[in-house]
Amino acid sequence: MADFKQAPAGASNADKLTLWTQNRFPTAFDAYRVHMSEYYAPKAQNIWYVFGALAILVLVMQIVTGIFLVMHYKPDASLAFASVEYIMRDVPWGWLVRYMHSTGASAFFIIVYLHMFRGLLYGSYRKPRELVWIFGVAIFLCLMGEAFMGYLLPWGQMSYWGAQVIINLFAAIPFVGPDLALLIRGDYVVGDATLNRFFAFHVIAIPLVLLGLVAAHIFALHDVGSNNPDGIEIKDHRDPKTGIPLDGIPFHPYYTVHDILAVSVFLIIFSAIIFFAPEMGGYFLEYNNFIPADPLKTPAHIAPVWYFTPYYSMLRATTDPMVNVFCAIVGLAALLAVWKGKLPGLAKVGVVIAAVVAIALLKTFDAKFWGVVVMGAAVMILFALPWLDRSPVKSIRYRPGWHKAVYGVFVVVFFILGWLGIETVSDGKTLMSQIGTVYYFGFFLLMPWWSQLGEFKPVPERVVFQAH
Amino acid sequence: MIKQVLKSIVLSLLVLGGATQAASGGLAWDKFPVEKLTDDASLQHGAKLFVNYCLNCHAASYLRYNRLAEIGLTDAQIKANLLFGSDKVGQTMTVALDAKQAKAWFGATPPDLSVITRSRSAAGQGSGADYVYTYLRNFYRDDSKPTGWNNLAFPSVGMPHVLWELQGERRPIFVTKSEHGHDVQVFTGWEVTKPGTLDPRAYDSAVADLVAFLQWAGEPVQKTRVQLGAWVMLFLSIFTVIAWRLNAAYWKNIK
Repeated sequence: MADFKQAPAGASNADKLTLWTQNRFPTAFDAYRVHMSEYYAPKAQNIWYVFGALAILVLVMQIVTGIFLVMHYKPDASLAFASVEYIMRDVPWGWLVRYMHSTGASAFFIIVYLHMFRGLLYGSYRKPRELVWIFGVAIFLCLMGEAFMGYLLPWGQMSYWGAQVIINLFAAIPFVGPDLALLIRGDYVVGDATLNRFFAFHVIAIPLVLLGLVAAHIFALHDVGSNNPDGIEIKDHRDPKTGIPLDGIPFHPYYTVHDILAVSVFLIIFSAIIFFAPEMGGYFLEYNNFIPADPLKTPAHIAPVWYFTPYYSMLRATTDPMVNVFCAIVGLAALLAVWKGKLPGLAKVGVVIAAVVAIALLKTFDAKFWGVVVMGAAVMILFALPWLDRSPVKSIRYRPGWHKAVYGVFVVVFFILGWLGIETVSDGKTLMSQIGTVYYFGFFLLMPWWSQLGEFKPVPERVVFQAH
Repeated sequence: MIKQVLKSIVLSLLVLGGATQAASGGLAWDKFPVEKLTDDASLQHGAKLFVNYCLNCHAASYLRYNRLAEIGLTDAQIKANLLFGSDKVGQTMTVALDAKQAKAWFGATPPDLSVITRSRSAAGQGSGADYVYTYLRNFYRDDSKPTGWNNLAFPSVGMPHVLWELQGERRPIFVTKSEHGHDVQVFTGWEVTKPGTLDPRAYDSAVADLVAFLQWAGEPVQKTRVQLGAWVMLFLSIFTVIAWRLNAAYWKNIK
C-alpha cells in the first residue's frame, strides 16, 4: 500500500481534494495513467483505428437507450408489439430512444465488421495480440446472440419467424437437437416463454458477459500495446532515458482528440439515418416487422437482418450436392497430405482414417445439420486466425501484391454472401453462395499455405508517419 | 415556401425509402402524391374519410384521437366530428367489431391500420403509401366473389369496396393476348358500369388524402423528426469543424 501523502503548505483546496482522493483510491489514478495519459499508442495510426472507440460509444448508447426502453417495454406476447408502438407514440422522446437503439444495433455491426477487418489488414491478431483477438471474437459472438435475442422483442412477424427459423436450426443437431430447441424456446413453438427468456438474456445475461469481455479486450490490448499500419512493435525502440517508445504518443490527449473527431463524423451519419431514414429501406427495420407476430401466418419470405445474412447464405449453400463437394475436398486434402506431406508413416495412416471417418459422418447426417455446422464454423474459424496466418510480415502493406487481391476478393465474396442471404433462393443464387462459401473457408483454411507465398517487401524499423 | 418544398422533398425521400430494386411481378404500384403529407387540409380530409369509412372494421388502436391536434384539429372539433366510437379524446381509435365474427364474415380479421403503410413497403415495388394508394383505387365488381368485389392489387381480397359510393362501380377489360406461345389475360382499362359521386380525379385525390392520413398515423412524429434532424445535422456539422480544428491543433507538433 502506498504511503499517505501530505499536502504541501498553501496547497489549493482543489489540490487538497485530489490528494485526499488519491490517498484513499489510488487505483483510479493508476488506471487513468495506465490506460489514458501514459498509454503510449503508435503515432502512425490511421482512420482504421477509430472503430474501437466508436464501438465503445455505440455500446454505451445501446445500454443507456436500452435502460430507457425497458422502462416502457412489456415482455409479454400479448402486449409487446403494442408497447413498442406506445414507446414510439406516447412516451416523450420514446421514438428517438427506440430509433437510436434499433439503428444502433446495425451501426454496432458495421463498426465491428470494420474493426475486425482492420485487424485482418494489419495482422493485429498476431503475436503478442492473440488474446486481444480472441476476446474480440468472443465479443462478436456475444453481439450476435444479443442482436438475435433483441430482435425477437418487438414481436413483429419477422421477429417471430426469424426466431422460429434460427431456433429450428438447433433442432437439426443429431440426438440432442429437438430437446435443445425445446430448451431454448421453453415451449413447443416460439411463444411467451421464449419472449421472456430472450428478454432476460438480452437485457441482463449477455450484456454482463459483453461488458466483461470488453474490459478483458481493452486490458489485454493495453498490456501488449496497440498495433499499427506497419505491423511493427514500437516497444523495440524506446527512449533510453524514459523507456517510452520513440514512436509512441500518449493516448490522451492525442487519440482522444482523434476519436472526438471520429465520433462527430460518425454521429452525422448515424443521425442522418435516425432522423431521415430510420427504416433504412427495410434493412434496419424490416417492413414485415410492423405486422404483429402471427403464429398461424408464415410470411412468404423470411430473411434475417442484414448483419447475419453472410452466414445465413452459407447455411443455405449447404445442400446435399454441397455435402458431396465437402466429401471430395476432404478426400483430396487427405490424398495430398499422404502424397506430398512430410509426415511419418503412422501419421499418414491417421490422416486416412480421419478422412474416412469425416466422409462417413458427412454422409450419415442430414445436409441441414452440416449447414448449421458450416454457419457456426464460419464464425468459430476466426478464433484460429492467429495461428492460421504464417506470413513473415504482419501488415498488408509489406505483403505481395496478389495478397491484396486475395483480401479484396474475400471482401467482395462476403458482401455477395450478405446480399444472397436477403434474396429468395434460386439455382443460380445457390451456386453463387456455394462458390462464396468455398472461397470463405478456403481463405482461412489454406491461409497457412498461401500466406507464406510470394515476394514480401522489407519492413521498416520505425513506423511510417507523415506529420499533419 | 422554400421550407415547404424542402419538407416535401425530405418526406418524399422517407416515403420512397423502399424503392431500391427492380419491380417484381404483379400490378405495378402507382406513386402516392407525397405533397399531400405536408397539407393539413388533406390530412384532415383523410382523417374524416378514415373515421367514416374505415374505422368500423379496422381499428387504429395505437393512435389517440387527440393526437389529431397535430394535423390542426381542436379537441372540440374532434369531439363534434370524429368521435363516434368513444367519448374521450384521449382514447385510442378502437372498434367494437369482434375479431372472430369478422373472420367468419370476411375470411380474415381486418388488420389494425395504425402502422399499415409502414408494413406494406416492398423493395422494388414502392412505399407502403404507394401500395395502399394503388389498392384503394383498384376495386372492381366481381359477382363470383362472396362480397361482390375484387381487387387488381390484391386478388380475391376479403374486403368489400367500402368507398364504392364515391368511386362508383367498374369492370376491368381484359384482352387475351399471345405471349411466348401462351394466352394471357392483359388488363387494358376500365368500363364504368355505374358512376360514383366523385369523378375519377376527385376520387384519386380523396384516396390520396386518406393515404396521407394513414401515412401520418403510422408515425405521427415523422414531421417533427425530420425538422429536428435538420437542426441536429447543423449542430453536428459545426461540432465536426471544431473537433477537426481541435485535432489539428493537438497534432501539429507531432513530427
